[in-house]
Amino acid sequence: MSTRDLTASPGASDPAGANRSGQKAGASRRPGQRRIGKVLLGLLAWIIGILFVSPLLWMLVTSLHAETDASTNPPSFFAPLTLDSYANFFGGSSGANPWPFLINSAVAAIVSTLIVLVLSTLAAYALAIRRIKRWSDVLFFLLSTKMLPMVAGLLPVYLVAQMFGILDTWLLLIIIYSAMNMPIAVWMMRSFLAEVPVEVLEAAELDGARLPRVFMKILLPLTAPGLAATALICFIFSWNELLFANVLTSTAASTAPVFLTSFVTSQGLFLSQVCAASLIISVPVLVAGIAAQDKLVQGLSMGAVK
Amino acid sequence: MLPALIFVILVTQIPFAITIVISFMKWNAAYPDDISFGTVANYVTVFTDADLLRAVFVTVGLTVSVVLVSAVLGLAIALLLDRKFIGRGLVRTLMITPFLIVPVAAALLFKHAIFNPSYGLVNGLLTTVFGENAPQPDLMSTYPLLGIGIVLVWQWTPFMMLIMLAGLQSRPLDVYEAALVDGAGPGQTFRFITLPHLRRYIELAALLGTIYIVQNFDTVFTMTSGGLGTANLPYVIYQEFFVAQDYGVASAVGVIVVIASLIIATFALRTASTLLKEENS
Repeated sequence: MSTRDLTASPGASDPAGANRSGQKAGASRRPGQRRIGKVLLGLLAWIIGILFVSPLLWMLVTSLHAETDASTNPPSFFAPLTLDSYANFFGGSSGANPWPFLINSAVAAIVSTLIVLVLSTLAAYALAIRRIKRWSDVLFFLLSTKMLPMVAGLLPVYLVAQMFGILDTWLLLIIIYSAMNMPIAVWMMRSFLAEVPVEVLEAAELDGARLPRVFMKILLPLTAPGLAATALICFIFSWNELLFANVLTSTAASTAPVFLTSFVTSQGLFLSQVCAASLIISVPVLVAGIAAQDKLVQGLSMGAVK
Repeated sequence: MLPALIFVILVTQIPFAITIVISFMKWNAAYPDDISFGTVANYVTVFTDADLLRAVFVTVGLTVSVVLVSAVLGLAIALLLDRKFIGRGLVRTLMITPFLIVPVAAALLFKHAIFNPSYGLVNGLLTTVFGENAPQPDLMSTYPLLGIGIVLVWQWTPFMMLIMLAGLQSRPLDVYEAALVDGAGPGQTFRFITLPHLRRYIELAALLGTIYIVQNFDTVFTMTSGGLGTANLPYVIYQEFFVAQDYGVASAVGVIVVIASLIIATFALRTASTLLKEENS
């Protein structure tokens, strides 16, 4: 039985390991039963997936309804669609103009991500390739900083920023977000650089290539996908951040999540508008996250899981 | 390497040191002339104030229940997604989208469009199904913590699922083949091979989830603004600092949160280091 089962088992014919579960379905059951079970479990996965995404679909539908159709009970699923709420959002007809907030978020997230990429790649080079002394201690120190709640450092950051007169500026947000994402980025970049074959680097060294050249010609091309994933994850965390943005900015540098908090206590006909605003502000994160989904897990687990 | 390290120390570690100093100070921004050092009064306040103590319980309760529920759900869904079926990649993408919504936006969506007692989706659907006399619960007034918990589970289950799925897909194939040869059933295979292999991934997912959820501020701030007994420790720090402007008490709470996080982090670091060692061996 062993030979037949082994060759028939999907795992053996699928080295990528995409499906190992066929084996678990048990050799004792009849094939027909097995197929029905498989179809049902696939169906169940679909149902759960749709269930999880349904609040988002409701957000989308509500944002496309007129305010009067958005807040009915029972819900009017099939009310006519309109882009009014999006027009209102960008027209700023019911409050603040969202553009400054979106621009502040974009600047803080993009600039901090660039800084993090440069510094973390250099640090990761020292940790993964140069293997400086006590490299794993450094790594774990960085990881431990990520595990301390940032909120505990909020007050000193506020006081020091006040002292330097940089409250409510891009500079302050960029500094905070860079420090916030640095440990994750170092961990991720280290694991990507560690995959570069040593032989390639040795060959380059024999040819007399200097460090900048090694970076440009070998390391960056080889780790480009990892670099991109790291960038996207740093971007997501910076874009989402609320606590520091809320406390450290007031008018000039307020970010998109701070803009959203103006809806916290809203009353009356605003449901469609709040959904439109939430959706638009989430779009950059959705795009970045889906683009980086294969490496997402590595970033979220700080490189501990591949 | 040094620039990154120095930068991280400057921006993340120095503030903690200052927080410890301030926690022993009498300092309320409303009384700028009355600042002094060398008091444990802030800690006495933290441990005797009923609201602050409540925040400790809220934080622990919320974190533990959200982590447990989302880890179990995440594991179950990861097991489903580990099988081959039509549209598997698409379902995986659908599953992770809740995690990719700005937390404030997710909280606003649930607060206003889903849980609102008069026009939210939940009560709306109840009316659709049961007609005029359908029950119309007001979740955010009666069980506000449950409401916050649901949003957090919705957002964090995908995170748990992703880590568990990575764990499932790193299982060594040959062990399963051997088990099959030995005639092990699906239950036995799961109990004696899959679970032990997944153990460290489950631990890591739970610990990282704990670290992120203990720090949660956005959801509490957005859904209840800390009202109705839902204030957790990060929210209390924010409130003491930003609203009450009692810098001393805010810092003392901060120190306590840091100590609690350090304890959890020690376990998380140990798990991460086993995974790192395996990778290098």
